[in-house]
Amino acid sequence: MKDLKQLATRLMELDDRLAACMKCGNCQAVCPMFGATHMEGDVARGKIVLIENLAHEVLRDPKAVAEKLSRCLLCGSCQAGCPSGVKNMEIFMEAREIVYTYLGLSVVKKMIFRILLAKPKFFNFSMRVGAPASRMFFWSSKDEQKTTHSPLLKGIIGDRHIRRVPVKPLHATVGDLDEPRIGGGVKVCFFPGCMGDKFYVDMAKACLKVFKHHNVAVYLSSKFACCGIPAVSSGDGEGMVMELKKNLDLLKGKDFDYIVTPCGSCTDTIRDWWPKYAERIDASAADFFRKLSAKAMDINAFLVNVVGVEPAEPRAGATTVTYHDSCHLKKGLGISKEPRALIQANPDYKLVEMKEADRCCGCGGSFTLYHYDLSRQIGQRKRNNIVASGAKVASAGCPACMMQMEDVLSHNGDSVLVKHPVEIYAESLK
Amino acid sequence: MASQALIKDFEQFLGPENVFSSEVDRHTYSFDAAVLRPVVPAFVIRPTNVEQLGECVTRLYREGVPMTIRGSGTNLSGGTIPDKTDTVVILTNGLNRILEINSNDLYAVVEPGVVTADLANAVAAKNLFYPPDPGSMAVSTIAGNIAENAGGLRGLKYGVTKDYVMGVEFFDATGALVKTGSRTVKCVTGYNLAGMLVQSEGTLGIISKAILKLVPPPKASKAMMAVFDDVQSAAEAVAGIIAAHILPCTLEFLDNNTIVRVDDFTKIGLPRDAGAILLIEVDGHPAQVADDAVAVEKVLKECRAREVHVAKDAAEKTQIWEARRQALPVLARVKPTTVLEDATVPRSQIPAMMKAINEIAGKYRLDVGTFGHAGDGNLHPTFLCDKRDKEEFARVEQAVDEMFDVAIKLGGTLSGEHGIGTAKAKWMEKETSRGTILFSQRLRRALDPKGLLNNTKLVGI
Ligand SMILES: Cc1cc2nc3c(=O)[nH]c(=O)nc-3n(C[C@H](O)[C@H](O)[C@H](O)COP(=O)(O)OP(=O)(O)OC[C@H]3O[C@@H](n4cnc5c(N)ncnc54)[C@H](O)[C@@H]3O)c2cc1C
Ligand code: SF4
Ligand code: SF4
Ligand code: SF4
Repeated sequence: MKDLKQLATRLMELDDRLAACMKCGNCQAVCPMFGATHMEGDVARGKIVLIENLAHEVLRDPKAVAEKLSRCLLCGSCQAGCPSGVKNMEIFMEAREIVYTYLGLSVVKKMIFRILLAKPKFFNFSMRVGAPASRMFFWSSKDEQKTTHSPLLKGIIGDRHIRRVPVKPLHATVGDLDEPRIGGGVKVCFFPGCMGDKFYVDMAKACLKVFKHHNVAVYLSSKFACCGIPAVSSGDGEGMVMELKKNLDLLKGKDFDYIVTPCGSCTDTIRDWWPKYAERIDASAADFFRKLSAKAMDINAFLVNVVGVEPAEPRAGATTVTYHDSCHLKKGLGISKEPRALIQANPDYKLVEMKEADRCCGCGGSFTLYHYDLSRQIGQRKRNNIVASGAKVASAGCPACMMQMEDVLSHNGDSVLVKHPVEIYAESLK
Repeated sequence: MASQALIKDFEQFLGPENVFSSEVDRHTYSFDAAVLRPVVPAFVIRPTNVEQLGECVTRLYREGVPMTIRGSGTNLSGGTIPDKTDTVVILTNGLNRILEINSNDLYAVVEPGVVTADLANAVAAKNLFYPPDPGSMAVSTIAGNIAENAGGLRGLKYGVTKDYVMGVEFFDATGALVKTGSRTVKCVTGYNLAGMLVQSEGTLGIISKAILKLVPPPKASKAMMAVFDDVQSAAEAVAGIIAAHILPCTLEFLDNNTIVRVDDFTKIGLPRDAGAILLIEVDGHPAQVADDAVAVEKVLKECRAREVHVAKDAAEKTQIWEARRQALPVLARVKPTTVLEDATVPRSQIPAMMKAINEIAGKYRLDVGTFGHAGDGNLHPTFLCDKRDKEEFARVEQAVDEMFDVAIKLGGTLSGEHGIGTAKAKWMEKETSRGTILFSQRLRRALDPKGLLNNTKLVGI
């Protein structure tokens, strides 16, 4: 049992942060997992007790604890509402890395995070070959969201309703951009994120259209690697560092004022996690990413707070739209007014609020890959709230949330479309 | 250890998804919000309808298995920590349906695991009001509230949970269903067993249904904040308000330590040199509210309030309450362990109690912040410590002991609302009498001959 001792010692690094939890149970009110299962092991304080007990060697079953740790969307709802200020996100991410490393990362996860995501060339190639081929496997779900599903691949992807993968990802369409500043104006580094580059390509194009309209110069590399959050949340810190190194080469020495993303999770990662993991590269990388962190900005916040886009009065007969607060945007970055303002900047839309707008949609990035049933169950509550709002369009500032909402709406046969706030705003621009 | 056969039996009866017997799952039901040693139960079951609940109790009683019933596990006195390692924990969160909200007869009927805030919201949607509002209401359950007689901020005017319990149904230790109280305002059929179940902490029976009184909501309200140089003046103001025959719906108190800490953290510009702040809200008919607000303001000034702010609109009201909302969160962040007490004294004794709390904390070199429900004399001295520091924690325990001594001497009580559980069991006799303990134990033994229901809690069995 010498190894278990080592595991315990490593987990003891978290002890001070674990001790901050007063077990008040407040997190039950906001935890999407608890909402679905009502089990203490699924809510933050239960997970904290398990990590504590493993660290203090009261519990000797790391595999079972790892399984519990994976039953979490890393949505941060518990942290945002915690009266004791417990740093749940840090605790869960670090505990995952320690426990999963001890158990050995599964081969599949390693392949995804270390090869596909860290080596964009390879990923891009597989997508290029894969996307056209996917048409043979994915059948239309005949729904308003234009999703597809795949009876043939059900064993692998479950009964997911997802959009058809675009034939051409963003990087193959627009390539590298390094525009000169227009009249000494603002310049941004546009980081589309994996989902923006490969899946919601129209959304990413809408971002570029909006930048152009407002004379914002853009730096964009076709070689950006993943932001690394799927790797970290799967306990693969190494994978994150590899992706970070790749991005470092593409960002170093470039001139821009902000690094802007259309994905709440990417912005949150760039701001909070890149500087932390960069310390594992070297001091100068850490310094670079610390400075970059201050420039990280969500696209909604950028357009409203920097560019100065303003809400307008909706015209009569405007399409109703309801906005879902993505966890990483609202609870992570504190951004909730700006996406709404951006939507309202298009007078063809009228914003109506749904109940529990800031309750997690149930996607949680890689969570949905491992726990699709739970994810759907959590998503159903979001879907019910969307439909009850009566809105014709549901909007979210995070592609992962968009995918999740499309999946649940499609499964329910609802005629609600899903759009990013930037897409909605871009529609108003000529 | 639990027999595998029994686990199998329950899996068959409730479905495997409602029986948790793995080591990790059992560990997650070994604790609650009290700072006490955890005890890992044998296994955990979750009935999903009331008939199942009764059948579970019957089977466990037959097998002689100790039981602990658990709502949300937010109590602060250890009421849901299993008594022994062969205890089975019964969860109520599979029983969370609101069965009826009756707007004509002003009552609601609920299952035991309904979350307090869910009921309050559902009732508010029908333009009615369920007043008990414990700080934990976003997660606590109705049966947990009844079993602890939970209070809250509105206690002074609206009373506490017991004032809203019209009737309950419960299973006794053997699994027999007992019905008491009714949907009528008046009911004298038999003993007031519903009253007995209030604050019984899971020791007398397992509540399966509750009928709760609802009231019409107040039409208007007004909030204000008053700043005092010392606790004495604040306490005089509290007495003065009540002597003027005004019952504010809330009358909250923050001491200097709490004020300074809240201001450090929120930077909302609280008066850092103030001895105490009172936060007051009056509610009712608009004309009454306006009159009461003026009268309260007058009393506050007479009692040497240095400043009085009256909220002009909803935004200002939210701002005024911010200091109180932040009290516990801010104190909880100072040190890892937060020992949240609730010694309660007659209103007039608040200054004496406050003086004693601060002297005791000084004597044991401890950090303490006190806030609470001044209108009820219900204080929450909150000791900030790190339970991993054994020497310091021993001092906390001594300080708490000494504090209870003072509370009892001042004619007060150990616990205004957090319950006895195992945390304060040793103090019971001191506040009451030997006879009280013996009477309670005899009562328990008669009702629960095998001594299976939460048997170490309260007076023991
Ligand atoms: C941050 C915080 C703030 C709080 N604020 C307040 C406050 O303002 N006022 C207040 O009064 N309390 C407060 N509490 C204490 C606690 O929340 C209350 O005691 C609450 O009523 C407990 O509800 P629960 O559902 O969590 O019950 P649990 O903790 O699960 O159980 C409490 C007791 O009830 C028994 N019980 C549960 N269900 C049943 C049932 N069906 N039949 C019989 N017995 C049952 C249990 O065995 C146990 O003894 C607070 C706690 C915290 C952590
Ligand atoms: S809300 Fe925070 S302190 Fe309370 S139990 Fe959850 S994590 Fe712990
Ligand atoms: S991060 Fe989200 S899912 Fe995970 S424990 Fe916290 S609230 Fe629950
Ligand atoms: S997909 Fe969106 S709402 Fe869902 S967990 Fe992620 S950030 Fe939160």
